[in-house]
Amino acid sequence: MARTKTIPRENLRERVEELSGENVFACYQCGMCSSGCPYAEQMDRLPSQVIRDLQLGDASLLDSNAMWVCASCLACEVRCPKGVDLAKLMEALRQIHLRKAVDRMSLDKLSKDDIRKLPQIALVASLRKKSG
Amino acid sequence: MGTLTYFPGCSLKDNAKRFEDAAFFVMEQLGSPLLELEKWTCCGTVYSLTSDDLMHQIAPVRNFVRAQQAGSDEIVALCAMCYNTLARTSQRINADEEERTKINAFMNKEPDYEGSVRVRHLLQVLRDNVGWATLTDKAVRSLEGLKVAAYYGCTLVRPDEVGIDDMEHPVVMADALEAVGAEPVTFPFEAECCGTYQIVDEPHLALEQSGRILRSAVRAGAHAIVTACPLCQHNLEQAVGALSEGGVEGIKNIQVVYFTELLAAALGADEGNLTPAVRDLLAACVPAEGGV
Repeated sequence: MARTKTIPRENLRERVEELSGENVFACYQCGMCSSGCPYAEQMDRLPSQVIRDLQLGDASLLDSNAMWVCASCLACEVRCPKGVDLAKLMEALRQIHLRKAVDRMSLDKLSKDDIRKLPQIALVASLRKKSG
Repeated sequence: MGTLTYFPGCSLKDNAKRFEDAAFFVMEQLGSPLLELEKWTCCGTVYSLTSDDLMHQIAPVRNFVRAQQAGSDEIVALCAMCYNTLARTSQRINADEEERTKINAFMNKEPDYEGSVRVRHLLQVLRDNVGWATLTDKAVRSLEGLKVAAYYGCTLVRPDEVGIDDMEHPVVMADALEAVGAEPVTFPFEAECCGTYQIVDEPHLALEQSGRILRSAVRAGAHAIVTACPLCQHNLEQAVGALSEGGVEGIKNIQVVYFTELLAAALGADEGNLTPAVRDLLAACVPAEGGV
């Protein structure tokens, strides 16, 4: 995808750790996050695999849909036995795209009718999460 | 308890107006009227999860400054997302003098934020200040016979630092409804995500989540699924439409309502001020409307 060309791919783990304030090596891959994630089946990588990829520095993670499907519901965050805040890691992965002005969402994607029908709370949250 | 400084947020003035109207009525009846915070601004809707992003803490802080100016050290929110965003910012900025100094230096029109405003949700006020016994005493219309699925979603209970109740098995909303005679049902999806803002550009994701929650509530025998968030409410309403079209049994008959609407009905709101959904639900109550 053309989009990924503009995204820096080196030192992925370090950048994610800096943005999130989390230590990805605290994770011992028990899979609790993946088992409780309501969105896991919609992701092309499980939440626990996202952390594994970060541990291994696998930059193909940046092409995954997982960070965009994650809605920060925090089911993983409150259940992680090692206290890893996976929602913050997902946010950092989104921010790596958004801070390069590579937006996932824009109002152009919606019809005027959609915009009228959607509550503001949905529009503002969507744009906050998916545009820079 | 006196008046409460109330933060509405965007949706409470538009598609969730009935959530707010009912809350005003309820708190008036309980003797602690809500007084809207002057010149409030958007809370930001979602709490920023990156460590270096102080800019997105400013919108909540501006509201704390307004509260401070009004002589109040507490803001009460109704919308679960506003509650979460404001409460997380207040915890972070109240505890971090360095970040507070930076934000104060950035804001040039407002007085400095002193770091002492706390944020609560109306359900906490009902539980901790009003009390369930008072709610029962003030009720003039019993909701007996009405089976309700109290749905909390994410932001009232997670993360733990701002959760208003147990994160895996919250009871506060069910207790409030039980206090006015309704019968809470047990359903396992009470704190699962409704699909939130995914309804905007990935509606299938949101409808799948809300659909699971609805089916679970229907299976538990609920007449109504009860919410505390305009976005949960919207997504569940959308899912009722989608699943009814798909012919899923029992879905058409379930109503999605805000908790304040049911409390207002119990506390004697005029029939004319109730939505058709709430009037339908009152018909399910036994004995049907005996009055006082």
